Amino acid sequence: MSGVNDFVCKFATVNGSGSASANTMFAKTIFRMGVPVSPKNIFPSNIQGLPTWYEVRVSEKGYLARRDGIDLMVAMNPQTYREDLAEVVPGGWLLYDSTMPRQWPREDITVLPIPIAAMCAKKWTDPRQRQLFKNMVYVGALTALLDMDMEVLEKVVADQLRGKEKLISANLEAVKLGRDYALANFQCPLPIRVQKAEGARGKIMVTGNSAAALGAVYAGATVCSWYPITPSTSVAEAFERYLKQLRTDKDGRVLGAVVQAEDELAAIGMAIGAGWNGARAFTATSGPGISLMSEFLGLAYFAEIPVVLFNVQRGGPSTGMPTRTQQSDIMACAYASHGDTKHVLLFPSDPNECFSLGAKAFDLAERLQTPVIVLSDLDIGMNEWVTDPFTWDDSYVHDRGKVLDAAGLEAAKDWGRYRDVDGDGIPYRTLPGTHPTKGAFFTRGTSHDDYARYTEDGRIHAQNMYRIARKFETAAGLVPKPEIDMRDPRSRLGVIYFGSTRPAVLEALDELEAEGIRVNAMRIKAFPFSPEVKAFCDAHDRIFVVEQNRDAQMRSLLMLEAGIDGEKLFATVNFDGMPLTADFVRSAIRTSMGPVKIAAE
Amino acid sequence: MSYIQKPSAYHPALKRNALGLTYRDYEGSMSTLCAGCGHDSITAAIVEACFELDLPAHRIAKVSGIGCSSKAPTYFLGRSHGFNSVHGRMPSVTTGANLANRDLVYIGVSGDGDTASIGLGQFAHAVRRRLNMVYIVMNNGCYGLTKGQFSATNDKTSPSKKGEPNPFDPIDLCQMAIQLGAGFVARSFSGDKRQLIPLIKAAISYRGFAFLDVISPCVTFNNHPASTKSYDYVRQHNQAIDRLDFVPEEQEITADYDEGTSVPVTLHDGSRIILHKLDQTHDPRDADAALMTIRSHAARGEVATGLLYIDESQHDLHEILRTSERPLNAIPMSELCPGSEKLASINARLQ
Repeated sequence: MSGVNDFVCKFATVNGSGSASANTMFAKTIFRMGVPVSPKNIFPSNIQGLPTWYEVRVSEKGYLARRDGIDLMVAMNPQTYREDLAEVVPGGWLLYDSTMPRQWPREDITVLPIPIAAMCAKKWTDPRQRQLFKNMVYVGALTALLDMDMEVLEKVVADQLRGKEKLISANLEAVKLGRDYALANFQCPLPIRVQKAEGARGKIMVTGNSAAALGAVYAGATVCSWYPITPSTSVAEAFERYLKQLRTDKDGRVLGAVVQAEDELAAIGMAIGAGWNGARAFTATSGPGISLMSEFLGLAYFAEIPVVLFNVQRGGPSTGMPTRTQQSDIMACAYASHGDTKHVLLFPSDPNECFSLGAKAFDLAERLQTPVIVLSDLDIGMNEWVTDPFTWDDSYVHDRGKVLDAAGLEAAKDWGRYRDVDGDGIPYRTLPGTHPTKGAFFTRGTSHDDYARYTEDGRIHAQNMYRIARKFETAAGLVPKPEIDMRDPRSRLGVIYFGSTRPAVLEALDELEAEGIRVNAMRIKAFPFSPEVKAFCDAHDRIFVVEQNRDAQMRSLLMLEAGIDGEKLFATVNFDGMPLTADFVRSAIRTSMGPVKIAAE
Repeated sequence: MSYIQKPSAYHPALKRNALGLTYRDYEGSMSTLCAGCGHDSITAAIVEACFELDLPAHRIAKVSGIGCSSKAPTYFLGRSHGFNSVHGRMPSVTTGANLANRDLVYIGVSGDGDTASIGLGQFAHAVRRRLNMVYIVMNNGCYGLTKGQFSATNDKTSPSKKGEPNPFDPIDLCQMAIQLGAGFVARSFSGDKRQLIPLIKAAISYRGFAFLDVISPCVTFNNHPASTKSYDYVRQHNQAIDRLDFVPEEQEITADYDEGTSVPVTLHDGSRIILHKLDQTHDPRDADAALMTIRSHAARGEVATGLLYIDESQHDLHEILRTSERPLNAIPMSELCPGSEKLASINARLQ
């Protein structure tokens, strides 16, 4: 089934050996040839010496989920030879460094031996160069084997190494070494190969974390406080880079502040302090950080302070699998903190939405005066995705929410920080320093009345809590609506999904449709659930809820918060830490359906 | 306990400051702390210092953590925004607030439990970041709200009210602050208004991290004869190492000042402090000497009070980060959002 512009290539290397940049250049070259490509970095929680893989799916049709079965394995790591060999599909290829020749115990594949280390040892004298350029030698061989456009590759190398001119020519020499060897020794190109196409034209290739940081810049965020944790670290680092690039004035002063905090508690504390004081502020973290930030999230919920939190989810529980992907913080985020708390969640499905929903999160946080948590995951956050370019409407007016300025305070009658004047549960806030005599109040996590005064009167406490619940109802009307894909209005089969599983689910639905099974789909983009979510559930009898956690957390949330009957929600879960494959979704739906007659024609 | 508003009637003869405001305009609501609590004296000193400095109250932000001390911001500066955050986390909230608006005065109020135990990490890092704030610890050596447990600043020699010994050595927050690089470190006593008010004024005028550890007896749980944080004990063992006059920028120095024993110090805003040295071995510009002074007095069972250490040249967090001179919360969206044209070039680079 693999062929031109449709195959999976995997690189098995050792982390810290410099393979990452070579692999990126490989994927980027295919992308620039116009072919949709989906690289996945499968890396250890380690800096040097452990196995790491880079899996690249090439699909002209634009199916960018992971796909099982490797067509071409570049086996550069003897530690993992055995498992790498096993992954190659019958009829596939395995390229390896044959400086130390070996027998590969499979008759059904083609082995492509290249004495890479020996070639590098001959060409370079510096041990570091000998090591680094091995990566470019196999890339060079692949240009011949897969018929990649050399001009495009040269441009990619030049772009990647801009400013390091010496390195460019040395890298290209390494490429030529590998390419010439492959041309001389193998039948090039292979039946799987790349051909210029249009599928990726006009697209961009970017990680979700960079995109989220850019969204924060466009939202006008000025304060970022964070604590390093995989896989969210690059959100803050990208924000800092973008500030330097886009928000530095002539004197070298920055219109924004980034503080690496001492821990996650301080990181969220700073963001809340800044939000309280009228700056758009955010933090970025992952699972363990969410646990640590929970107390502060409860404060921001109850004291009604806007703050945005990017949670780039990884494998839990506890330290879990720090370098693997999951969607297992849904419940922890929806109800973070003790007492009755609930938080607004957004679920971007790709970097483009990390940008747009990332920016939207700040509007929602200020409009609703509450934390907004953007839940992406390691797959979206750290892998480069081919996605639509970012767009921004210059006429867009940021929603700064209900903030009274000095004139507003003069005009306001009987202002109270927590008075629900408009009936939407959202009160009017004031910022420190606004008015000499009006608008000051005491922000507190203790129970308070409409005027922010301490109270132990249970009725007042209950009224306040009901008002905040009302605010949450308002939120349901403000958050992005789900994306609904009605493949057959008569079909009573549905699938609900969210976040990074989108490519796998859509591909699976296409495959099922080709088999005559039409499944309607709804992608949830936000919590609280907008009315469309319940309507979709009501319109279907058998709904597969696809998610990457053990306990089917989104399914539970649908039952709890949208009142959906659990009988018709089928948990369809995978939480092995790898991005989902279409095959998993398709077979989960097929298997679960059993002998049931399919309603769709 | 409910929220009690003080009556708003003023006596017409009340003194007014340069802003035409009276002392009463700087007060907060009625204190709900125990009668005689040292914290109320500190509150009164803050009110007086802000009144005398002619500070517009709405340009001050009060931030606290949790505990008796952290309730105190309700009882002063009713025209200022206040933020009673979570236990031990006042420093991070203040950091964020300060990042958002560098033009306000930030008074952080904390206690010995809030700072020396649960909040020790945040305290240390706020100092390290040179946050421009006044950090006041109302230090009574015990947990008042949970009824008298030892705190980490309680002296080893100081038993509880019931006579239980304290098995652990205390954390000296002033020594820590000096070691971590606080530019202004002072210790005082809630019962010594004459020393405390000028110290608060100087701390507010200082641009950088100003730390004030104020011993504040807990009348209910830690004011018994054996306590080293009781009114009697501190009165008897208080060794003022210097006395301070605070001179605002526009005023001439009129305080008497003896060559060799007095040190004039100019602060960032042009105001000056005149330090009358009472302990000749103490040099407040020498961190090592300051630590020595604290330790040698403590070894004799004395509490050294006054301005312990000052570094007039400190740069605050905004200078270190090179943030805009305008408050970040006042920069218009038109300057913050780069717009579609810039986005197009970012897209182009990602193609």
